[in-house]
Amino acid sequence: MNKLWLIIEREYMTRVKKKSFILTTLLSPLVFVAIMTVPVLLATLSEREEKSIAILDASGTIRPPADSNSHLHFTVIRDQHLDVLKMTYRDGGFEGILYVPPFPDTVRNLRVQYFSDGELSLSEADYMEGLVRNQAEDFKILAAGYQEAELARLKVRVDLEQKELTLAESGELLETDKRNSAQVATVIGFAAGFIVYIILLFYGTMIMRSVMEEKTNRIVEVMISSVRPFQLMLGKIIGVSGVGLTQMLIWVALTLALTTLAGTFLGVEAATGGPMSADPAPADQSAALFTMLTGQEWDYIIPLFLLYFLGGYFIYASLFAAVGSAMGDDLGESQSLTMVAMAPIILSIVMLGPVIEDPNGTLAVWFSIVPLSAPVIMPARLAFEPPLWEILLSLGLLSASSLFFIWLSGRIYRVGILLYGKKANLKEMSRWIFTKD
Amino acid sequence: MSLLHLDNIVKRYDAHLAVDHVSFDIPKGVIFGMLGPNGAGKTSLIRIITTITKADAGTIRFDGEPLDSRHPEQIGYMPEERGLYKKMKVGEQLRYLARLKGLSAETTRKELRYWFDRFAIRDWSGKKIEELSKGMQQKIQFIATVIHRPKLLILDEPFSGLDPINARLIQDEIMQLNREGTTIIFSTHRMEQVEEMCEQIVLINKGRNILYGKVADIRQQFKENLFRISFAEALPAEWPLEPFPLPGVTVRAKDGPTLLVQVDPARDTNGLLQHFINSGRTIRSFQEILPAINDIFIRQVTGEAQPVSNPNQPSISA
Repeated sequence: MNKLWLIIEREYMTRVKKKSFILTTLLSPLVFVAIMTVPVLLATLSEREEKSIAILDASGTIRPPADSNSHLHFTVIRDQHLDVLKMTYRDGGFEGILYVPPFPDTVRNLRVQYFSDGELSLSEADYMEGLVRNQAEDFKILAAGYQEAELARLKVRVDLEQKELTLAESGELLETDKRNSAQVATVIGFAAGFIVYIILLFYGTMIMRSVMEEKTNRIVEVMISSVRPFQLMLGKIIGVSGVGLTQMLIWVALTLALTTLAGTFLGVEAATGGPMSADPAPADQSAALFTMLTGQEWDYIIPLFLLYFLGGYFIYASLFAAVGSAMGDDLGESQSLTMVAMAPIILSIVMLGPVIEDPNGTLAVWFSIVPLSAPVIMPARLAFEPPLWEILLSLGLLSASSLFFIWLSGRIYRVGILLYGKKANLKEMSRWIFTKD
Repeated sequence: MSLLHLDNIVKRYDAHLAVDHVSFDIPKGVIFGMLGPNGAGKTSLIRIITTITKADAGTIRFDGEPLDSRHPEQIGYMPEERGLYKKMKVGEQLRYLARLKGLSAETTRKELRYWFDRFAIRDWSGKKIEELSKGMQQKIQFIATVIHRPKLLILDEPFSGLDPINARLIQDEIMQLNREGTTIIFSTHRMEQVEEMCEQIVLINKGRNILYGKVADIRQQFKENLFRISFAEALPAEWPLEPFPLPGVTVRAKDGPTLLVQVDPARDTNGLLQHFINSGRTIRSFQEILPAINDIFIRQVTGEAQPVSNPNQPSISA
């Protein structure tokens, strides 16, 4: 036991002290938060800039919006020719021209044009479409015989609030606000799946290279004259798992701290919890996404995510250790063995898209219960809140198979590390499982 | 009393019988040579003794007890293919390997200080293994093997890759440990070292023990009753007379003032000396030639008698 601890300690310390580890651990959250916040920041900054836009209204229906809380300001022009305005709009201080052609009161699909030497952001384009749509609708309503004063009464504003229903043990039906939106869950799902995938591959190959190095270095003979091969393998796997956990905990902590910091800085807190505005200011959408990310149920997602990571890690790390032990010095000729260990995890990442599209479908359920794919698929489903029984079942199977794979790989490893200059194949490796010490 | 006793050890890998009913006994405090051609089963035997693998059949007693997983802490093993963690610092590496052999942190510190002073390498402690020369790495490897003061030291080709100075240094350390009571199993192909260092040997071939005993006894057992006589002056061309006038004596070779003769074991060599004295020639030396372990090794392994060595070849001078 004491010796196992010594091995764990060495495997952990030598890796944690490496410069590359310290750099990736500290810099990755910075990059991640930057990727999340920079677009919001840019949008906020650029859109605060006031823009003046000319509406060349050939239809005679457009009025400039009265209560524009946007940075876009509109001036309606009716007595100019489009070609002339194209030449002079800059002199008039306009950013661009929104051209609204004449249309009948029966119009169903109205095409308007925007001329400018600059570009519109998506939300600005959305905003202008909304503006023209509203007024064209007003025009059609008036044409249908309604009075001007009735317009406001006829309009309806809709807010969608999500409520989650759960049956309490008392038999009482409970209602809770659900801030989740499918969009945010999708982003989290993909991110979680990919993170597990990348980290499993990264640490898996790290274990494999380490085993191969010990074997080709022949240090393994010195080691196993002191400790059992299984202790050596287990110590390595546990030690490296500590490295992975350390890295992830630092990532989580740093990301949370940086996100909070960035959030305060951007002033997006104001929108927290509120439903998305029916008449959104252009910068709101990305800010809302940001807010929803910070508003996720991380206290439930993160621990489960770590459990799945650990379970998957133990399965794949031991598989890679077994493969590493069977390899010779030549990486190339053992490529096919590596592929065997990598195949299930690659299949899982291929299934990620279909699963997230239908996060509670049959495919998703099966792939998140089968232990070889669960570590990638289940974390991707967590934001969609899968049923508890599925989580418990898949966690149970995952831990049982972690133990099984550690045992299995230990059997292969103890034979593999002592064989030199022999090319092992799968058939031979499976025979090692049953050979005696 | 024996430190290690092997009784009918068998180890089979698939269809290949690597160790075939091998038995021998290693007394406490000896330097014991384990010889054999490549692939004879030496490494398999060593792995069984170090409990890396288990024998399929047979029993091993270590210091009177059946060999089990507690004993590796009393064994130091230096494999032929050596290895250290290249990226680790010398001090860390030795501390790690010593702790894995069950040494306390305190004892490890003490032993480390002793060996660093002994080899005058205190300032290497912070260096990475990969920064050291091959010879330096071998020294570290040696320290790693003996730092826990094992009762049994197993050295597989300990001098390969060492320059003569470092080889001598390591050899002196081995002899010193032996004087302090460490039993040593010495596996090598370099027979002159076997003759120089080992008291007892076992010769393994094709997984079987084909020769076992004290070096001196074995050489006696395989002697061919050859004697070398040197005279003060070169011998005349007509010498020696053919056939030799004494019964039971055959001249095998002649080189300047030296004769190599084979004497029938039933005959007394004094008669031979008397014959030469009577001939009026001055005898400078008279010496029995015992076969070199090298020759015995080759003869036993290839299964055919080798031609007798040239009398002037240094390897046969006893």
